[in-house]
Amino acid sequence: MTAALHLDGLRKSFGKTEIIRGVDLSIERGERHAIIGPNGAGKSTLFNLITGRFPQSDGAVRLHGNDLAGKAPYEINRMGLSRSFQITNIFPKMSVFENVRCSLLWSLGYKYSFWHMVGKSRELTEGAEAILEQINLTNRRDLPAGVLSYAEQRALEIGITIAGGANVIMLDEPTAGMSHSETDYIVDLIRKVTEDKTLVMVEHDMGVVFGLADRISVLVYGEIIATGTPETVRADPKVQEAYLGEALEAEH
Amino acid sequence: MTDQTASANMRAGSMTLSLMPWIVAALVLVLLPQIFTANSAITIMNQMAITIIFALAYNMLLGQGGMLSFGHAVYMGVGGFACVHIMNMDDFFASIPLVVLPIFGGLFGMGLATIVGSFSTRKAGTVFAMISLGVGELIAACSVIIVAFFGGEEGISGDRTYAMPTFGVEFLQQIEVYYLIAFWLLISAALMYLFSRTPVGRMANAVRDNPERAEFLGYSARWVRFYSFVASGFFAGIAGGLFAINYEILTEENLNATSSGTILLVTFLGGVGFFFGPILGAIAFTLLQTVLSLETELWAFYAGALFVATVMYFPGGLAGLIMMHVPAIRLGKGSRLILPYIRTLVPAAICILGAAALIEMIFHYRHAFAGDEEMTLFWITFNSHDVLPWIVAVGLTLAGFFTARATAPALLEAWGDANTPDRMQV
Ligand SMILES: Nc1ncnc2c1ncn2[C@@H]1O[C@H](COP(=O)(O)OP(=O)(O)O)[C@@H](O)[C@H]1O
Ligand SMILES: [Mg+2]
Repeated sequence: MTAALHLDGLRKSFGKTEIIRGVDLSIERGERHAIIGPNGAGKSTLFNLITGRFPQSDGAVRLHGNDLAGKAPYEINRMGLSRSFQITNIFPKMSVFENVRCSLLWSLGYKYSFWHMVGKSRELTEGAEAILEQINLTNRRDLPAGVLSYAEQRALEIGITIAGGANVIMLDEPTAGMSHSETDYIVDLIRKVTEDKTLVMVEHDMGVVFGLADRISVLVYGEIIATGTPETVRADPKVQEAYLGEALEAEH
Repeated sequence: MTDQTASANMRAGSMTLSLMPWIVAALVLVLLPQIFTANSAITIMNQMAITIIFALAYNMLLGQGGMLSFGHAVYMGVGGFACVHIMNMDDFFASIPLVVLPIFGGLFGMGLATIVGSFSTRKAGTVFAMISLGVGELIAACSVIIVAFFGGEEGISGDRTYAMPTFGVEFLQQIEVYYLIAFWLLISAALMYLFSRTPVGRMANAVRDNPERAEFLGYSARWVRFYSFVASGFFAGIAGGLFAINYEILTEENLNATSSGTILLVTFLGGVGFFFGPILGAIAFTLLQTVLSLETELWAFYAGALFVATVMYFPGGLAGLIMMHVPAIRLGKGSRLILPYIRTLVPAAICILGAAALIEMIFHYRHAFAGDEEMTLFWITFNSHDVLPWIVAVGLTLAGFFTARATAPALLEAWGDANTPDRMQV
């Protein structure tokens, strides 16, 4: 069986500085994979390479065995990969409901249709309302997304990422800046919506990582220094030294 | 459960609610020429209706798609030129009813938009704006180069009455043309509204707000813009076809940057944030242009001042100004604004009229023929070289200004009050 996501010697330089320095990684279908590492390690850049936001300098990304070289973000999305952003990236002037509905359009096959009425489609309305229910924003339905609180915008960001029903979901720091109860809620939500899907997430909260991930990769200075189950990664002395020691201490 | 029935009711209600404006609009369109029967009034209404279609088409780009075009007149113009050529194709023209002619205008506008859009919609923002300006200038310049199509400086003219009569109507009279234009206005406005409710229309908003995010949801921002652009070109072309029918002549003026700039002004004045904004803009602007231009040579100056004031103080345009009052009215407190409005707006109006009087007097003083010292303003005839009129005008302007300024804080306070729910109700 081909891996859901396969990175092969992936490199990226911005000018002279090489930020991603040869990443090899295979993520199986249905796996929940966390990428951890210090700030500036290149985690978001790795996400950007995988999702076609930037072209890589070298190496290859394969989604279900298909090479993604030269593919635009929208093409990659149509192949079943959806992502969220570390810095909230929503449609601020559109209503919360509209945000979610727009993220359903392509996956429900509407494409560039100018002969369907979105308001008349039951599957769109009910689908969007179901997502709103899931992300707890039903009572914000008709507000412009831009006026929501930070935590609500984060929830919406996740909502529009998962709405399209992609089978590979990539979340960049979904719980950053959230309170404990909000984090718990979002983690439950992520677990629920990524059932039977492949999840790749960047996360700083070690509680979340160890609770959610099947496998963890540790990225330091653009290189993966360890990959494995939470237990093996936690026990790895290299990881202890480079990152985890600090991160675990910071938790206390 | 009650919640669900309530929302179901609301949806059923919104169906009839959403049809209501269209029924009212149709009735108004039918009745208007019965109320304003003068030929000049019908001429103005025809011009207004054509401008409304063009402005709505323009707003498909500006308001809904976030594309600022400086050359949109060419799509209307080319549609219009194509229609005049069809008018001059005797046999063919005699075999089609005049009512369908605007469709050809639409198709030509759309064809040109397809060609230009294929490269201009790759990026929004400055790149799009500059390409639209360049293409606009290019095609306007073609009018003196491709004389066979554009007719050089005189333009080209035709005769609408050669078409096949529609139910016996030959469109000899303005009123018949009015109903033809009104018919197309209703159809075009409805279609443009429906377009905004389709998947590609919704995504146009999404791409306007955040093109990058749209791409991560499976949509190519470029193609979404392209489809809006093509649709807008179609309706601009329809407006061009109606222009051809109404005026029976098209010239370089229909293509040039001035016309492109005017439609931007009209649309912005009406408000880009709401579907009906451009309709208000077109009505207001046409009135300014026709009625005010009869009164003063300086009408364009006032239109420009109005535009600057809109951009600076009411970026939502007329539609934004109206919709701003919805929260207060929802709270049932809209009536509390009436008195404070009168107290501030009446003096403000006096100030503006006073200033306009001063401007007219200066203009008359400087530009009237030597010896012509008599002028008429607001139905009062006086000598522009006397001191008294100047004192009155300056006095009114200043009095209006200071009264408005003195009452403005009370208006602001009333505004705040009208927009906060009462304690008792909570
Ligand atoms: N578009 C860019 N241009 C130049 N440098 C960048 C760009 N994006 C990221 N970087 C640099 O790459 C490094 C890794 O950034 P990032 O991937 O955001 O780290 P992380 O998400 O792991 O905190 C940082 O030093 C950052 O400054
Ligand atoms: Mg990051």
